[in-house]
Amino acid sequence: MTRLEQIKSRIEAALPGARLEIIRNDSPSAQHSLLVDNEHALAVARFLRGDPQLRFDYCSNATGIDWPDAVLKEKVKVKKVVDGAEKEVEETVEKKRQGFLEAVYHLYSMELKQGPLVIRMRTGNRADQAHLPSLTPIWRGVEFQEREIYDLYGIAFDGHPDLRRILMWDGFQDYPMRKDYVEPDDYEYEPTPHDEVLEKTQKHYAQETKS
Amino acid sequence: MSEGVIDHDLAAGVSPVSPVPQPDGSGQPTYTLTHKTSPAGGTEGDLLEVAMGPQHPSTHGVFRMDVALDGERVVKLKPVFGYLHRNHEKIAEGTTYLGSMPYTDRLDYFCSLTNNWAYALAVEKLAGLQPPERAEYIRVITAELTRLQNHTCLIGFLLQDMGASGTPLMYAFREREKILDLFESLTGSRMMCNYMRFGGCRCDLPPGWLEQAKQVVGNYPRFLDEFDRFLSENEILLARTQGVGVLSRGLAVDAGITGPMQRASGVNYDIRKVDKYGIYDRFQFRVPLGEHGDTYDRYMIRLLEMRESLNILQTALRDIPTGPIMDAKAKIRGFRPKPGEAYGRIEAPKGELGFYLISDGGPNPYRYRVRPPSLINLTVLEDMCLGHIVADVVVILGSVDIVLGEADR
Amino acid sequence: MLGEGIIKGLAETARNFVGSYVEADRLTTVQYPEERLPTKEAARNFPFLVFDGNDAHAGMRCVACQICEKECPPQCIYIEKSKDKKPDYVGKPQFYPKIFDIDVSVCMSCQICVEVCPFEAIKMDTEFELSNTDRFAGLLFDKHQLAKSNEYYRKIHPAEAAAVDGRLAAEKAKAEAKTKADVEAKAKAAAAAAKTAAPPPPKPAPIPTT
Repeated sequence: MTRLEQIKSRIEAALPGARLEIIRNDSPSAQHSLLVDNEHALAVARFLRGDPQLRFDYCSNATGIDWPDAVLKEKVKVKKVVDGAEKEVEETVEKKRQGFLEAVYHLYSMELKQGPLVIRMRTGNRADQAHLPSLTPIWRGVEFQEREIYDLYGIAFDGHPDLRRILMWDGFQDYPMRKDYVEPDDYEYEPTPHDEVLEKTQKHYAQETKS
Repeated sequence: MSEGVIDHDLAAGVSPVSPVPQPDGSGQPTYTLTHKTSPAGGTEGDLLEVAMGPQHPSTHGVFRMDVALDGERVVKLKPVFGYLHRNHEKIAEGTTYLGSMPYTDRLDYFCSLTNNWAYALAVEKLAGLQPPERAEYIRVITAELTRLQNHTCLIGFLLQDMGASGTPLMYAFREREKILDLFESLTGSRMMCNYMRFGGCRCDLPPGWLEQAKQVVGNYPRFLDEFDRFLSENEILLARTQGVGVLSRGLAVDAGITGPMQRASGVNYDIRKVDKYGIYDRFQFRVPLGEHGDTYDRYMIRLLEMRESLNILQTALRDIPTGPIMDAKAKIRGFRPKPGEAYGRIEAPKGELGFYLISDGGPNPYRYRVRPPSLINLTVLEDMCLGHIVADVVVILGSVDIVLGEADR
Repeated sequence: MLGEGIIKGLAETARNFVGSYVEADRLTTVQYPEERLPTKEAARNFPFLVFDGNDAHAGMRCVACQICEKECPPQCIYIEKSKDKKPDYVGKPQFYPKIFDIDVSVCMSCQICVEVCPFEAIKMDTEFELSNTDRFAGLLFDKHQLAKSNEYYRKIHPAEAAAVDGRLAAEKAKAEAKTKADVEAKAKAAAAAAKTAAPPPPKPAPIPTT
């Protein structure tokens, strides 16, 4: 945590205006991450790679995450006047969270043998604002991985040299890794003992014979 | 210290130097990204476009390379993936943590035990489990045996790609068979081992297994020596590999190349040394480094790494203690890690294999990501192949060591 | 000299060729199906259901708890629970599977059903010659095809079966001791009740076995 805070202040000193936020990770892994704003992401990445004390020259992993619209329940302590005396009462507050897509990069330094530094970027929403700056000009290793995020999550990376689908075929429409993805009814079912699949199979073939 | 092998020293070690791209365009690496798409969306002139694959004996699976040839010279090469795509990550989001373990066997189906380890390591980080010492030793032994058989097969395949039809591959498979027998008597399956669990291993070593393993490990150097004499000085092999498919050190770092391929380019980075995951800090071994980064170096690196693996194995088989093989906190049924995320990585035979997991507190992972070394090592395939003849493409691809089960997932 | 490396390599080929006639280490293959390698203790292929004794129905250990069905990664198990109960190995009435199907064309031999089963009812078989002309019905194994005796299990996995038998025997002994203690306690209570000249309560009727 302290190390991440140092890195954060180092970036802020070098790049005034960059908005950074530390995202805590309370699991035993304690891999906290740094949320970078989209306008400065490329500059931050360049700094992380070039800074002689950091030298994160190796981007190991880049991946997307889908966070659909959700209602978050949070317990908040509220001061309330109960029976004349002021008391702290726990209340559940419901917050609406607008869905967004996230790209996560795990950085290591091959030169200084340190890492991982986890940086994240978030899109504004899951539809028209699903754009992020591409970090391929800084780490070429993410070239295929950003293509994969584009393919499976639908985040368009601006500045990527060759943004095409990589795993799905070119004419494919949807983004399969999104949480609200619905399987198209276009493949061959085989009869299995499982009633759910069997039902689906029967429905599929009934439609086929009708049409 | 033999030639071409240097000790891994963090302070004085050879550190990779790669240029940092600047906003004004200076410091850009020497490769250009623009050759991927020509302005017209195709290639011009009298170039011949060939689709190598997906059914091609040289492509190690269903993998396609769209190659543009000027005569026999490669001027453009685009890898095309996805023929074996089954969305492993989406399947894993729908099954329990334990239920994904057998699916990891099917990623890189040559090295199911290292895949198991990488996944178990990530989950252990996420849930805070610590395998007992005996389990750690078993993991090191199985992982190094996996590395041995993977590298053995790879050099067999590589020579097959070069036209040494059959014989070297059969010798390689003969030796691999002995290791697979060990896997079968330990895990019940030759290739789809599904052996490691979160916080340990599934079952203890059967009686007599250690003696068998010691015998296999003891006989292995004879095979390596024979293989060395058999082909390493062969004039045809030298002509086909030396200076072919050179990968520079800067590009190897920049493109995130890992594993033997990166070390063949002279980058001193071995996750067993850097992260010291498991109990790798207890073993003495050296990291072989290449000088030229060509196909021959990539071939030799594997032979040298196998010898280092044998050293690790001998120590581990000698020192393995008795004791439990599962963390007492580990649960088989109803395993639900606390919300959070973790990234665990190991040095798999093909490179860095990482698993990134996000838990939302449920029985299934919210996000499950595999960092596939096979896919990312192919980033530089075009850069290595440009300017070579089409027959060399086959050899260069063979030296990258890919498995499509992992690249396409 | 040019060609020296090739000649050296050919010497190795000759060594391996001649060696394959004298060294077992250099010839690891056997002529299947005439010759067969012995199966290994840990070997696994597809699951089967264990029953005790001679009657597959009466001795069936499975209680249709459906944990394996839920945990199975490729979802190849299909179970329907019975409406009535039958006594298990300790005599406790339990449900049994009315339908238990495994689609072995889907099964990936991962052994997770065996690991999660709390009743030692499902184990891995070593039989691998299962080729069939009907890839749907022929590879869908029902309860009767899957049921195999405990003797068979002992034969294919001796060490593992011995451990399982030990565990089950211990549980049975514990259960018997408990019922014995219960009976004794009941007898004592009955004796005490008889002293107060009250008639003993009628014994509950045993539950039908099928």
